[in-house]
Amino acid sequence: MFDLAGKTALVTGATGGIGGDIAKLLASAGAKVALSGTRAERLEAVAAEIGENAVIVPGNLSDPESVANLIKQAEAALGGQLDILVNNAGITRDQLAMRLKDEDWQAVIDVNLTAAFKLARNSLRGMMKRRHGRIINITSIVGVTGNPGQTNYAAAKAGMIGWSKSLAQEVASRGITVNCVAPGFITTAMTNELDEGQKEKLLSNIPAGRMGESTEIAAAVLYLASDEAAYVTGQTLHVNGGMAMI
Amino acid sequence: MSDVADRVKKIVVEHLGVEEDKVTENASFIDDLGADSLDTVELVMAFEEEFGCEIPDDAAEKILTVKDAIDFIEKANA
Repeated sequence: MFDLAGKTALVTGATGGIGGDIAKLLASAGAKVALSGTRAERLEAVAAEIGENAVIVPGNLSDPESVANLIKQAEAALGGQLDILVNNAGITRDQLAMRLKDEDWQAVIDVNLTAAFKLARNSLRGMMKRRHGRIINITSIVGVTGNPGQTNYAAAKAGMIGWSKSLAQEVASRGITVNCVAPGFITTAMTNELDEGQKEKLLSNIPAGRMGESTEIAAAVLYLASDEAAYVTGQTLHVNGGMAMI
Repeated sequence: MSDVADRVKKIVVEHLGVEEDKVTENASFIDDLGADSLDTVELVMAFEEEFGCEIPDDAAEKILTVKDAIDFIEKANA
């Protein structure tokens, strides 16, 4: 089950907790994985953990030129066309709407929504030719439920779900699936900063009674990347301990 | 018939799975040969590879018939 031997993958934001675990799991299933991100040291560390199945493709998705070239660079580093694209990279610029600056709105839209779409579009040519491809977008529960202080982030993540459904319909007949994984609250460096009171309040809304682990997001990505998920497309798989049932 | 025309028709036959005699110069990919819009995108990709040329999006949108494709490629490679 879920054998990715002979497949190639690109994971953006591979320096983060979730992205790193996605890259490691895809590699352990046999895929050759290109790691993209902005922090060179973290990329090296994740690549070292994976070993020979990892290649590094530095990239900054705030930079349009970097976005335009990333798929080509990844395919060159992987030595073949891309089978699996995981759009995991994302940024936050949280602020109440009334105080949200134009540039903080735009930065989040540019990276989380626009760059992810462009990477998907640029990876389609090879996938269409081979009649096989997997595009997996890491969105967020916030894109469905909203969250105060995150109008920009929620808009980008909801937009991602929207374009995924449209693209899924365009390319389904060519053996390409396009899906989203929507994490709820996951243990990461970001959520570790919450104090006990905040955590307790958060957990009271999660039927599972705990935060999720990044490996649990990676497992959902592995499933959607596999041949076994060939009939699943245009979907959003919520991995959130039951905090929202949609 | 030119070499370009032969090669274009061969690609169309292979890609759309249509009978060779249906692929006349005036045949429209969508109206006569049963292509959908994504097929036309793929045909343009196949032409680009076969002939080693780049077909910009605004030109690709105007390639609606077999003849349109042959004319564009002959001009591009002239």
